[in-house]
Amino acid sequence: MTEQLVDTELLRFSTAGSVDDGKSTLIGRLLYDSKSIFEDQYEQIKATSERRGEEGVNLALLTDGLKSEREQGITIDVAYRYFATPKRKFIIADTPGHIQYTRNMVTGASTANVALILIDARNGIVEQTRRHSFISSLLQIPHIVVCINKMDLVDYDEEAYESIKNEFSGFSSKLDVKDIHFIPISALNGDNVVDRSENMAWYEGQTLMHYLENVHIGSDHNFIDTRFPVQHVIRPYNDDYHDYRGYAGRLAGGTIRKGDEVLLLPSGFKSKVSKIDTFNGEIEEAYPPMSVTILLENDLDLSRGDMIVRPNNAPEVTQDVDAMICWFDDDKMKSPRGRYTLRHTTQEVQCLIKEVKYTLDINTLHRNQEDLEVKMNDIARIKIRTTKPLFIDEYRKNRITGSFVLVDEGSNNTVAAGMII
Amino acid sequence: MKYQLSHLRELEAESIYVMREVAAQFEKPVLMFSGGKDSIMMVHLAAKAFFPARIPFPLLHVDTGHNFPETIKFRDKLVASLGAKLIVGSVDEAIDSGLVREEKGFNASRNALQTAVLLEELEKGKFDAALGGARRDEEKARAKERFFSHRDEFGQWDPKNQRPELWNLFNGKKHFGEHFRVFPISNWTELDVWQYLAIEEVELPSLYFAHKRKVFERDGTLLADTPIIQRKESEQVVEKMVRCRTIGDMTCTGVWESDADDLDKIIQEVSTTRMTERGGRTDDKRSETSMEDRKKKGYF
Repeated sequence: MTEQLVDTELLRFSTAGSVDDGKSTLIGRLLYDSKSIFEDQYEQIKATSERRGEEGVNLALLTDGLKSEREQGITIDVAYRYFATPKRKFIIADTPGHIQYTRNMVTGASTANVALILIDARNGIVEQTRRHSFISSLLQIPHIVVCINKMDLVDYDEEAYESIKNEFSGFSSKLDVKDIHFIPISALNGDNVVDRSENMAWYEGQTLMHYLENVHIGSDHNFIDTRFPVQHVIRPYNDDYHDYRGYAGRLAGGTIRKGDEVLLLPSGFKSKVSKIDTFNGEIEEAYPPMSVTILLENDLDLSRGDMIVRPNNAPEVTQDVDAMICWFDDDKMKSPRGRYTLRHTTQEVQCLIKEVKYTLDINTLHRNQEDLEVKMNDIARIKIRTTKPLFIDEYRKNRITGSFVLVDEGSNNTVAAGMII
Repeated sequence: MKYQLSHLRELEAESIYVMREVAAQFEKPVLMFSGGKDSIMMVHLAAKAFFPARIPFPLLHVDTGHNFPETIKFRDKLVASLGAKLIVGSVDEAIDSGLVREEKGFNASRNALQTAVLLEELEKGKFDAALGGARRDEEKARAKERFFSHRDEFGQWDPKNQRPELWNLFNGKKHFGEHFRVFPISNWTELDVWQYLAIEEVELPSLYFAHKRKVFERDGTLLADTPIIQRKESEQVVEKMVRCRTIGDMTCTGVWESDADDLDKIIQEVSTTRMTERGGRTDDKRSETSMEDRKKKGYF
């Protein structure tokens, strides 16, 4: 076994859809048809299906894992499923369709390369579809694949598919989505999931599995703007590495090469990269999402929260942040002048909510400037002032340096996710 | 230049990131070490994360007293080579002191007793974060875990109340008395682990490789013949060529018939197998929600 033989990419995708849209069945089908379900798992859900008096083997049981979920027959939390084909390894963030679990959907979507949106062919676009599409766009998931499911229940009718496709295209033109694909499927019967459907000769596009294996994700990271947040300072304090001071972290953007001139924030000092260290020896160049250790020429004193960037390409250094947020907590946002802890890359600061500009109605995309109360699952545009400067980019340019979370100082809960405008 | 990592290197980068985050956010982390392949890989990743400094936290082994002797030998060798500090929590001592009561009968196991000992060791050492090698693909309750899993002051896991984890941002804030369990290899599958161990040429305990052993069959699983397990009259002992796919202690680890005696053969076997890794774990089979129930009480 050598490294060359293991050359598969990693693709993360989120699944969202109403509880009756068959999302769990689809995942079960993907795993089953790609032969990623183990026999004992299959036997287990077969036994459970029988015990519950269900017809056939309910593949949705594969992803419903917690006791209360199995009792109620719904999915409460984000469940992560893994499968691999010779081309790629996949991580599925299977998320709930219920409105009260938007927070979990946002969680699963934040690192996704692809959003898989499921629509029931009989019902077309519903509120849930709009909400999840909007969130996918808000979280800047680079690729969206819309699966129009239950085609078997509309007699595999091309017109039904086309009409939904048109309606979605009309709706999504108002969103910031880069790349959308449509596929007509039947998760229950397997049409166009892994194998091509024999019932829809009119469809000439890819199957879902083919799409997932081939969609180009190589450009999903920002390889242009160098951003290295210092995560941890490594000081061995031993004889072999007496003066070693390494800045360990994960590249959030751009590339770093040995010998590069760099600018350090917040000090503004300049330096040069003397070494890029890893356990397996030094390397010439690092890029996202690698975790490395950077050594600098001068004897400077960087600490966690600082950032290493290139001199002509710095992020905005500011204490005033304009952002879209999604609220997660039971308690509504304290406003005006609510105080929260803010985490951005490796920094932690305090912040004050200065203003709520509007809350957003996800169905109509209407900006409500009268109702400025931000409650659980609300999306709003706000202005924040922080106690210390942050080094930010627009979320559209970089999902890592353009994002943050708010933490309630009392409960310690993560109360909101923010995307910088 | 192709700016692309293979999935193993991407997973590795993610795990290293999580471990460094633990060192940064917590005051007294500890690494839970069982001697199995996942915790061995965890130690390897930790060594990478903090290189060239030493791993900045001790290892904690909750010893049921029923381990395969090979596991203990390997553990001690590894600890010595790293110059790491090892803390051993003893279930034997806990039984003697009355903290826990030993199960009796044919299916007795000390697996569930580990929880009480783990919680006690965490409290004794005042550890505020415990790193573990659990993976989401292992079992359905683990599929819902976060990287940073908040535990209350009783060490309990409430699946309905876990914090959202977005992007790379982990919220390790807690009140006094609470702690976190952190799972850096959450996104790794069994096959990923084996492939990585092969590429990195990491040494593993001999139990994982095919060897001759006296075993007997119970409920469709092969168990090692040892005085620790009470055997029924009907359960005959035979000698077979077996290996362990997962290692718990002797009472709950099923062995497999296999002739895979090196990593390449193991990888071959794992990638074509039809049974899950933990399919032979009798501790998981006690009820449909065995893992979930144990976690709610504070189990690993």
